[in-house]
Amino acid sequence: MVKYTLRRLFQAIPTLFGISILTYMIMLAAPGGPVQALAFGPKVTPQQRAELAARLGVNDPFYIQYLRWLLGDDWMRWDEDGDGVADHAVLIPLDANGDGEPEAPGEGKGVLRGDFGRSFYHGKRQVLSVIAERVSATMELGVSSLLVGLVVGLPVGILAAVRRGGVFDNLTRIMSVVFNAIPVFWLGLMLLLLFGGTGLGLLPMGNQCRPVLIGGCPPVWQRLEYLILPTFVIATGEIAGFSRFMRASLLDVSSQDYIRTAKAKGLSERVVWFKHGTRNALIPIATFLGPAITGILSGAAITETIFAWPGLGRLAVESVTQQNYPVVMAVVLFAAVATILGYLLSDILYALIDPRIRLH
Amino acid sequence: MAAESNITNLKGASDEHYASPSLLQLALGRLWRDRLSMIALTLLLLLTVSAYGAPIITQLLGVNPNSIVGPSFLPPGVDGHLLGLDDIGRDHLARLLYAGQISLKIGFLAAFLSLVIGVSLGLATGYFGGIVDDITIWLITTINSIPLFFIILIIAAILSPDDNTLIIVLGFLGWTSTTRLVRGETLSLREREFVISARAIGATRIRIMFAHILPNLISIILINLAIDIGVIILVEAGLSFLGVGVKPPTATWGNMLTNAQTFFTRGPHLVFWPGFMIFLTVLCLYVLGDGLRDAFDPTTVDQ
Repeated sequence: MVKYTLRRLFQAIPTLFGISILTYMIMLAAPGGPVQALAFGPKVTPQQRAELAARLGVNDPFYIQYLRWLLGDDWMRWDEDGDGVADHAVLIPLDANGDGEPEAPGEGKGVLRGDFGRSFYHGKRQVLSVIAERVSATMELGVSSLLVGLVVGLPVGILAAVRRGGVFDNLTRIMSVVFNAIPVFWLGLMLLLLFGGTGLGLLPMGNQCRPVLIGGCPPVWQRLEYLILPTFVIATGEIAGFSRFMRASLLDVSSQDYIRTAKAKGLSERVVWFKHGTRNALIPIATFLGPAITGILSGAAITETIFAWPGLGRLAVESVTQQNYPVVMAVVLFAAVATILGYLLSDILYALIDPRIRLH
Repeated sequence: MAAESNITNLKGASDEHYASPSLLQLALGRLWRDRLSMIALTLLLLLTVSAYGAPIITQLLGVNPNSIVGPSFLPPGVDGHLLGLDDIGRDHLARLLYAGQISLKIGFLAAFLSLVIGVSLGLATGYFGGIVDDITIWLITTINSIPLFFIILIIAAILSPDDNTLIIVLGFLGWTSTTRLVRGETLSLREREFVISARAIGATRIRIMFAHILPNLISIILINLAIDIGVIILVEAGLSFLGVGVKPPTATWGNMLTNAQTFFTRGPHLVFWPGFMIFLTVLCLYVLGDGLRDAFDPTTVDQ
């Protein structure tokens, strides 16, 4: 098990490199670039723009920018005599903006040393602190919708299997297709229209809590009304998925020999279905938990945007449109790690629950 | 004489009786009898025809998608505007129909593109195996461990695509699941007797792949196509909704919603209809996909 886990984690390394190179390339291919977005306005001179570009290093060739992101730039220009001015440089020129003076040495440590750089926005804070701020909001929404999905989806699936072909079964079948086909942004908007301030006025129009000037939001249980709509919107897909999967799994189990044995022993329907059937049928649900974990961590871009939820998904959308490279890179990598870990965890869980499955 | 003609008649009848229908004919027959699938198919056809017949329909109704004909946010049903007017006073129904052209085009063509890539890659990797297979599988695992929506988001934001670019982007990113399915099926099909016998009589590899294996994949292909079109329409709408998909003035159902969201209290009908069109289209496609699955594999109906 340990060996397997280590091997899988080891295999993830080239994948993560691939993803980071790919994302970096795609981003740099963007026309405009961050300089145009940052230095926008009639008063900005070309001189200022060139200085900004040199400071951000966006004019360097792709591989240098990528290396700087990966390994940092504190070794690319360094200050030997300690006067605050760089004396030596590798890969990049000593005087990048061409004013005849060498620049100050770099201070970025690079991703490999845990430094994701500074955001172009957000008051130029460290990217990791910007992300850390958003993770809790995303997880709040992710965990609550996963819980709703499991609590509603599993019993619905079990009941549909027990009453196979009945009215309830057909209703849940229709429900799952409808839940899958409904565009989340439309569902969100319609629910806001219905329950929000201008409709019935029962629920808030979005955000994580009533805007506060100082300090964060109160604990979750004091602002549940803010969670209801976004949770429901995300949970629809999970309810549909879990209920269909549970139903199929339970029907699969119900044709096994031990179920027939249990029935032959004269056990009651209830014991057969719930004690023998459901317990075994739950095992394959573990494969569903991987993607669910990914979803919890990487956030739901569209839902978070509609409900102005300050999570990672919305951060990603904002950063992509602002061409905020450091943040985009960090969010994509974070989500990729979450995906890889999610799949790994569900594989391990699967093997733990079901000893017949061997990991190799 | 009479007896003889009777015999030939009988023979003719029995020939007809024993000419067994192909798998495809059987499946289509089952689909034809499945009322829900037929309703979905009819609705889809209606949607497509009305979207592409938009020039005629709007002329008959005497409306135009781009001209301002009345007050903003005119509610539905007033002054002959069935679905009312939008935020600057253009006919909402006419705009919906024209937007449908773009949304449907993106869905159908992108799904078709990803199907072509997915099926040919799946066939090739499944049949040849070896290094091609290894590379493809690695590529698929890598692509699947990227949060795909983020990548599409980044690409879309950068390219600020028109409808044709978006078709290419979505088509080139959506093939992995088809490839996997087709590859798995090909792996098992290539060991079957009819493939071995085809190889024995000297059929070329291309012929075996396309004339012997491909027809057996028809069910996977059709089911996948229906579902994929639905998924892509949803993704396109999501992107356009976030403002990185197809940009105005080209209207799609997705970007009509972006606009409408800003003033949804003044014109709720502007929020309702574009989303409802997406929902209806995707729902029909999913129902049709389900119907196709049942039609091709009647054993699943009992489950």
